[in-house]
Amino acid sequence: MEFFRIRRDIPFMRHALVLNVVSLVTFLAAVFFLATRGLHFSIEFTGGTVIEAAYAQAADIGKVRTAVERLNLGEVQVQNFGSSRDVLIRVPVAQGIKQSDVVSRVFAELCRAESGTLSAVAPSASSGESVTRQTCTAAGAEPVRLQRSEVVGPQVGRELAEDGAKALAFVVAGIMIYLAFRFEWKFSVAAIVANLHDVIIILGFFAFFQWEFSLSVLAAVLAVLGYSVNESVVIFDRIRESFRRFRKMTTREVIDHAITSTISRTIITHGCTQMMVLSMLIFGGPTLHYFAVALTIGILFGIYSSVFVAAAIAMWLGVKREDLVKAGPKEVDPDDPNAGAVV
Amino acid sequence: MNRYPLWKYATLLVALLVALIYTLPNFFPEAPAVQVSSGKATLKVDAALVPRVERVLGEAGLKPDFVRFEGASVKARFDDLDSQRKAKDALSKALNPDPDNASYIVALNLLSRSPTWLSALHALPMFLGLDLRGGVYFLMQVDMKSALVKKAESLTGDIRTLLRDKNIRHTGISRDGNNVSVRFRDTETLVAARTLLLNQLPDLQWQDSADGSDFRLVGSLKPEAARLVQTTAITQNITTLHNRVNELGVAEPVIQQQGQDRVVVQLPGVQDTAKAKDIIGRTATLELRMVDESAEARAAASGSGPVPFGTERYVERGGAPLIVKRQVVLTGDSLTDAQPGFDSQTQEPVVNLTLDAKGARIIKDVSRENVGKRMAILLFEKGKGEVVTAPVIRSELGSRIQISGRMTTAEANDNALLLRAGSLAAPMDIIEERTIGPSLGAENISKGFNSVIFGFAAIALFMCVYYQLFGVISTLALGFNLLLLVAVLSMLQATLTLPGIAAIALTLGMAIDANVLINERVREELRGGAAPQVAINTGYERAWATILDSNVTTLIAGVALLTFGSGPVRGFAIVHTLGILTSMFSAVVFSRGLVNLWYGRQKRLKGVSIGQVWRPQTSVPAKG
Repeated sequence: MEFFRIRRDIPFMRHALVLNVVSLVTFLAAVFFLATRGLHFSIEFTGGTVIEAAYAQAADIGKVRTAVERLNLGEVQVQNFGSSRDVLIRVPVAQGIKQSDVVSRVFAELCRAESGTLSAVAPSASSGESVTRQTCTAAGAEPVRLQRSEVVGPQVGRELAEDGAKALAFVVAGIMIYLAFRFEWKFSVAAIVANLHDVIIILGFFAFFQWEFSLSVLAAVLAVLGYSVNESVVIFDRIRESFRRFRKMTTREVIDHAITSTISRTIITHGCTQMMVLSMLIFGGPTLHYFAVALTIGILFGIYSSVFVAAAIAMWLGVKREDLVKAGPKEVDPDDPNAGAVV
Repeated sequence: MNRYPLWKYATLLVALLVALIYTLPNFFPEAPAVQVSSGKATLKVDAALVPRVERVLGEAGLKPDFVRFEGASVKARFDDLDSQRKAKDALSKALNPDPDNASYIVALNLLSRSPTWLSALHALPMFLGLDLRGGVYFLMQVDMKSALVKKAESLTGDIRTLLRDKNIRHTGISRDGNNVSVRFRDTETLVAARTLLLNQLPDLQWQDSADGSDFRLVGSLKPEAARLVQTTAITQNITTLHNRVNELGVAEPVIQQQGQDRVVVQLPGVQDTAKAKDIIGRTATLELRMVDESAEARAAASGSGPVPFGTERYVERGGAPLIVKRQVVLTGDSLTDAQPGFDSQTQEPVVNLTLDAKGARIIKDVSRENVGKRMAILLFEKGKGEVVTAPVIRSELGSRIQISGRMTTAEANDNALLLRAGSLAAPMDIIEERTIGPSLGAENISKGFNSVIFGFAAIALFMCVYYQLFGVISTLALGFNLLLLVAVLSMLQATLTLPGIAAIALTLGMAIDANVLINERVREELRGGAAPQVAINTGYERAWATILDSNVTTLIAGVALLTFGSGPVRGFAIVHTLGILTSMFSAVVFSRGLVNLWYGRQKRLKGVSIGQVWRPQTSVPAKG
């Protein structure tokens, strides 16, 4: 089986201008949404409380909301999480409310709304591990159960946001330095622009749809940044090789040839990675959902941007054969039949 | 050209074997177990408890798989839940005759069913993080500012006593933030005071300032002394937390320092945050009292008479009862430090206590009148007291007290720790808190596991169909990568979390890139008309440079996450970074080894099973 039966080099660069304009528009739209709507940060960044409660029957969101609002905790969000029986409650950090009490107060209120009573029990866990927990019982059944809670102080949130920004800066700087060593500055600028364009677009999606931006999404963004830069590296490697091998080609033809000869690898690799990510999206549940979503967007735009954006920017910046094929023992291709002996 | 020397195959085989051994424990299911650990700060569990536990279990007619001393507890593993519960009841009854004053914590736990020879090789399963297991997580911030203020406060008292002892007149001593300022009437006294203070208090640095008729000495903590205060504060807080958490009966609590001033507490299995917070936030107190050594008291201690009026009966560490007066000489607030050390003359292990000025004055008076008598140091926890030690007063005491006699070095260490551990050195606030229900944890495991399995299966299927034998080899290499990764994580005893599983999945998805690169290159060489053996060789060689390149950029991102990430992101980053490293080995060296094994021996290789190689000018039929 061979998917890619390419007889001639595909003239990718012919449409570069149009696609770059499209890229620019998408990019600007992403920036616009980031500026106007902003990211919907998870409480890991903003500080606050998250409570996940599981109901025995499908949860009545309105009832839950009234119950929680009775506590006057500020702007509380109540929504379904994963299934109709799971409810996620977000409580922001607010002045005058002791954060450490929020979880127990909210849960007590939820329990009361189901006309149950709270008690601490140590159920005989089937796993053989001792477990004690607050249990809400009403008429012998357990109408609502505390699945998970998370309390983050505002100070921790601020630090996490700062660390996130530092990590992003570190990755960008690290990759730029690496590429500058490995290639020529034009390539390194092109690769960074292309990949930051990806990052901004991922963030733009998160801003537009107001998806929750959590720590794991940040991890996904950074992982994808490293991953899609390597895509650009593979293409640039081929460009350099082609410059050496085909001395008669113009820059545009060399780029087209390089992309054409790597396109099958690009598609197959990204396809494989995407299969894994898809599996996470399908089976990973709500916790990994946005992680996988961020990766999916990153992978798709990664292919697009390394082919059309990185290579095109390198072309607009005016890469020449002389930039890459320098005289010097290191730059001589050992397989080049025209190369002389290296002493 | 496609042959590995024997040592390379041997290395691969050894790597495979080691990876298998260290991955193996993760596949054994967990068995119910009972764990016995110390319930009191003054009681130390050691291997000597093993025969006792065995005897108790034997009497109850229970047959554990094994009884073993591990870490700081004795663990017994059972076949079924029923005998686990019976064992717990039997042990609690036998070891804790008084249930209100339990010396041992008997907790239910889970232990891997992996055979003993694996554990002997230190091949242990990975820890499961709280998000996979259920439990409570606290991040606590130690208030270092108040630790420093406390230190400055106690130094202020010391300075006052010192100056008074040497008859140096001052016009006032005050604490201003972390600084201490002393005022004098003239320069001579200031100079005299400075010499004295520099000699006696090495922790402070002094600066004099004079404005008008006011001569002032301002002392501030030296940076290294301040650092010492902070490190002592955090270690003391951690010790105290350990003692308190023990009481919750948690099988495997994790209490660790994070950064300079934070402590992480993880309590697997606990769901009740309110109770956990209550216990963690409690204070223990230390009291110094005199021992009653009258005849009636001795009789009461041996159990043959009533406890005299105004005294109480306590049990000394080690078991001997002691009659102690109710009147409190000093409380733990006056104790500023306790350190193990050696006597300068006898070289005996000792514990050195440091008291603040107020405490020193009281102890001076009390000790002068009670030379030759015993003084008890009591630790109160949960409203119950216990005598840590009851030394004899040899001479009049000052601000520095040495406790010596019949102590080994280890005991001196323990005593010092206990004396310090009574209370928190500095207040702590909970700044982050997570609770994960056990059912959610189990759900997360299966979700993470399914993601990896189905993703792997999809990739394997595609690779095998598209690249045929080379695809099979790529899949084997990917499997080997997974094996290596899990083995390395188990060796490091890393904690597996859901983001960690996600990182395994993602890393596998990215690692296949190396094999795709190689296979595509080999195909390309074949398309270009190279002979199969040459194609394999140059394919691998050319792909290697690109593989290295692509991994470097991914590694940069991994290292950034590792450096700046915290909590769940760190787990992700560790797995991701390790995965990139193992993938280079498995994708290149291991897969090449398999290819060499299969094709390397064939001198006249006609074709390679790498799927259809399509050529633009189809004059030569493609090899399947």
